[in-house]
Amino acid sequence: MATTTPSLLKRITPQLIILAVVLGLNLLVFPDFFDVSFRNGRIFGNLVDVFNRGAPVALLCIGMTLVIATKGIDLSVGAVMAIAGATAASLVTDGHGWGTALIGALATGALCGAWNGVLVAVLRIQPIVATLVLMVAGRGIAQLITEGTILTFNNEGLIRLGAGTVLGIPTPIVIWLALGTLATLAVRRTALGMLIEAIGVNEASSRLAGINSRVLLICVYLASGLCAALAGVIVAADIKGADANNAGLWLELDAILAVVIGGNSLLGGRFSIVASLIGALIIQSVNSVILLSGMPPEFNLVIKAILILAILVIQSPKIGHLIYMLRASGPESLPERARPSAAPKEDAP
Amino acid sequence: MNVKATLLASAITLAPFAAMAADLTIGFSQIGSESGWRAAETTVTKQEAEMRGIDLKFADAQQKQENQIKAIRSFIAQGVDAILLAPVVATGWDEVLEEAADAEIPVVLLDRTVDASDDLYLTAVTSDLVHEGRVAGQWLADEMAGEPCRIVELQGTTGSSPAIDRKKGFEEGIAGAEGLEIVRSQTGDFTRSQGKVVMESFLKAEGGENICALYAHNDDMAVGAIQAIKEAGLNPGTDIKIVAIDAVPDAHLAIANGEMNATIELTPNMAGPALDALEAYLADGTAPEKWIQTESKLYTAADDNQAVYEEKKGLGY
Repeated sequence: MATTTPSLLKRITPQLIILAVVLGLNLLVFPDFFDVSFRNGRIFGNLVDVFNRGAPVALLCIGMTLVIATKGIDLSVGAVMAIAGATAASLVTDGHGWGTALIGALATGALCGAWNGVLVAVLRIQPIVATLVLMVAGRGIAQLITEGTILTFNNEGLIRLGAGTVLGIPTPIVIWLALGTLATLAVRRTALGMLIEAIGVNEASSRLAGINSRVLLICVYLASGLCAALAGVIVAADIKGADANNAGLWLELDAILAVVIGGNSLLGGRFSIVASLIGALIIQSVNSVILLSGMPPEFNLVIKAILILAILVIQSPKIGHLIYMLRASGPESLPERARPSAAPKEDAP
Repeated sequence: MNVKATLLASAITLAPFAAMAADLTIGFSQIGSESGWRAAETTVTKQEAEMRGIDLKFADAQQKQENQIKAIRSFIAQGVDAILLAPVVATGWDEVLEEAADAEIPVVLLDRTVDASDDLYLTAVTSDLVHEGRVAGQWLADEMAGEPCRIVELQGTTGSSPAIDRKKGFEEGIAGAEGLEIVRSQTGDFTRSQGKVVMESFLKAEGGENICALYAHNDDMAVGAIQAIKEAGLNPGTDIKIVAIDAVPDAHLAIANGEMNATIELTPNMAGPALDALEAYLADGTAPEKWIQTESKLYTAADDNQAVYEEKKGLGY
């Protein structure tokens, strides 16, 4: 199941094309879009912002891709971000070091993820309902931790995670690229990815085939919780404060959208973390178009909806099939029998 | 005349209680704690009541109108002397306000108003959002004293009344001044993180050195924007002048540190004027005006912001 480089490239081609188009739109509304300079000890430019501001959704969609591959969904990630940010902030304001705060936040995220996992894998509650519980309750928990205020802090180590740089590159970019690589290697250089896909395709048969689906499911939700916690710490560190009301608000939807734009089916099965990450970059590029265009804010959501709709229509199986048919009717046709890459749903063997 | 008689009658029955303020019982239906300002309002209201020796019954509605209606009904059943209401939405209050009127319990609205006949409540204590924006605009116009200035604006949540009114007021405030123009305006959703993100894009789209001032519809967005300005290698407060609204503790701290120039206070003390009006009404029946406007005080570097910060930070912002 190890994905070789050419087949990976083929898999993510549609996403790369869309990303290029949306970045082109940015260039259209703002001619200096690709200018990157070095200022104040860090690389500085709009393209850097896309990668930097895309970090929370990129981190979320790593975990979300795995969850969706098991035919599940995790609605709680936004709320878990708020809880993790609040935990980190309250730990540093209580005088602990940033390392302790980070570990504390990650542990909280893991706990939240495990809770979701147990509800789904052991109690057999539908994932959308099981994770809805924490989505609703999570912000309340975060508010209890911050006592209803924006909990501000001045711990340099923690702030560096969100607003600092590593060799001139903003830390969030380094973190999501590293975690994305690590997760891809973990699922593709081992059998883990295949086992996760097996659960998504048919959990009953995967269990009969000897996969401990219960433990694996809990682990997948736990991973999603960890990703959310990391995103939450970054968001809090970025503004030097934990905002329980607004941190990660509605980001679960952006994360799910990134996974879908990445060509992953909500019905589970075959998945690609790299494609989801490009999906996250596409969403952030769309946000960037909106900000740079200088249009009145009343149009923000309309523009975003139109662009996303266009992307999804182009990616839809019907259109993909049409393109495939058009190509197949060409002269040098009939390549190997490939499915249209936009519909990577793998049926049970 | 009939109304007057009723008022007189209620004044007489309540007179012994009013004479001993300690015996006043007032119910307070608060929206919830959706923002730091709201939490501060709750704290200040409790402090004001305690100072006056009023027994305040507090009900947190957790952002739900049905909880507020329940709370008001229970206040009526308990026979409180008056009710303070911070309504979560504008509509749907007629029935419960009529019940309060039937029980001859005066209701005072705090911070927001309702779409109901104004004889159903005693008075409303609110700030004037347009006026707040106007004060901010006038401050900037005075500060620039005729020099041109390219302004960027961080709006509140699109379509919300504070965002609409504070934008309108600011535009009125700078209308008379030559050379002051808003070059970019985008929503920051009233949050720190969006304030920072949008300011980053402003700095790149316009070029940091071409922006002379920032107007943010609330302090949280300004605090986020200050960080973006610093990360771009500019000095907030000097390279880019910053004026915002609300006067939360962190804004006072930013002004004290020279990173922000001005903020207009949205006072959390709505209860003070409300209780003054109520006490006067319960004592001798003087009906207050239907709208009591709170002061929109301007804070600049000329004020002792460090002291105000110390004073405010305990209020639960």
